[in-house]
Amino acid sequence: MSDAHAAVETAGGPPDYFAVLVESLRELLVAKGLIGADEVRAMIETLDAHGPTIGAGLVARAWIDPDFKARLLDDATAVVEQSGIDNYDDTRFIVLEQTPREHNLVVCTLCSCYPRPLLGLPPDWYKNRPYRSRAVREPRAVLAEFGTQVPDDVRIRVHDSTANMRYLVMPMRPAGTEGWPEHRLAELVTRDSMIGVSTARTP
Amino acid sequence: MSARFGVGERVRIAVRDAPGHVRTPVYVRGHVGVIERVLPEFLNPEQEAYGVNSGTDVRLYRVRMPQAALWPDYGGAPDDVLELEVYEHWLEPADEDPR
Repeated sequence: MSDAHAAVETAGGPPDYFAVLVESLRELLVAKGLIGADEVRAMIETLDAHGPTIGAGLVARAWIDPDFKARLLDDATAVVEQSGIDNYDDTRFIVLEQTPREHNLVVCTLCSCYPRPLLGLPPDWYKNRPYRSRAVREPRAVLAEFGTQVPDDVRIRVHDSTANMRYLVMPMRPAGTEGWPEHRLAELVTRDSMIGVSTARTP
Repeated sequence: MSARFGVGERVRIAVRDAPGHVRTPVYVRGHVGVIERVLPEFLNPEQEAYGVNSGTDVRLYRVRMPQAALWPDYGGAPDDVLELEVYEHWLEPADEDPR
């Protein structure tokens, strides 16, 4: 995998107003005894325990099990809970399937809504203004910056994650993976492919 | 409460000046879309953000609209769409197609 970044991923600079506000709030809540430092730590531990491998496991299983895939597309929240995944904040999920006719792309223009129990914390570029404003306005240009060329006869569906649902994109299974076991397939399913800015790795 | 709108119905997103914790982005206000799916009811975030955390359930929908209608200079393909979640109190029936 290359270390190349899309232009939209570039951030930088000192902590902004909101970063300072969050840190001050945390310190005050702990100092006043409203929450314990151990609760903060435990929550961070929960957040850290979740990463893209969880979403990748669901996608890989859906690739080899049509019945599981149908249930995942029909009611992802139920499937997540039946799969023993810790849905620690009762998130509601919708899974969107990439097809040769449709390419799905997820953004949260208002803030940083993201399927955290399935993908962990969002990357910085997902939370920054360039991605949030441009993904809805010029999705094809943004995708091209991630190295993803979507032909004009493929419809782009941009999903603005504005309210209660959180979205996981199911990338298409790459050719040449016939007969692969689930754990090997899961290694092809990247975080970015589950946001919709790229496709799954090819073997 | 049963849902006011069904899948495929045309709806216009209200144009409203609304301060506070509003989850309807400004860029879609006034635009016409089609109900893509009906979602459950959830607490109204506009009140929940101010501590009202019961009794405010409102129906949520996914609304689909053509990108070409949202952005006059849209440079993508004509079939490209934008989909987002909108609460029922932001929606009104629309007669025209989303164009």
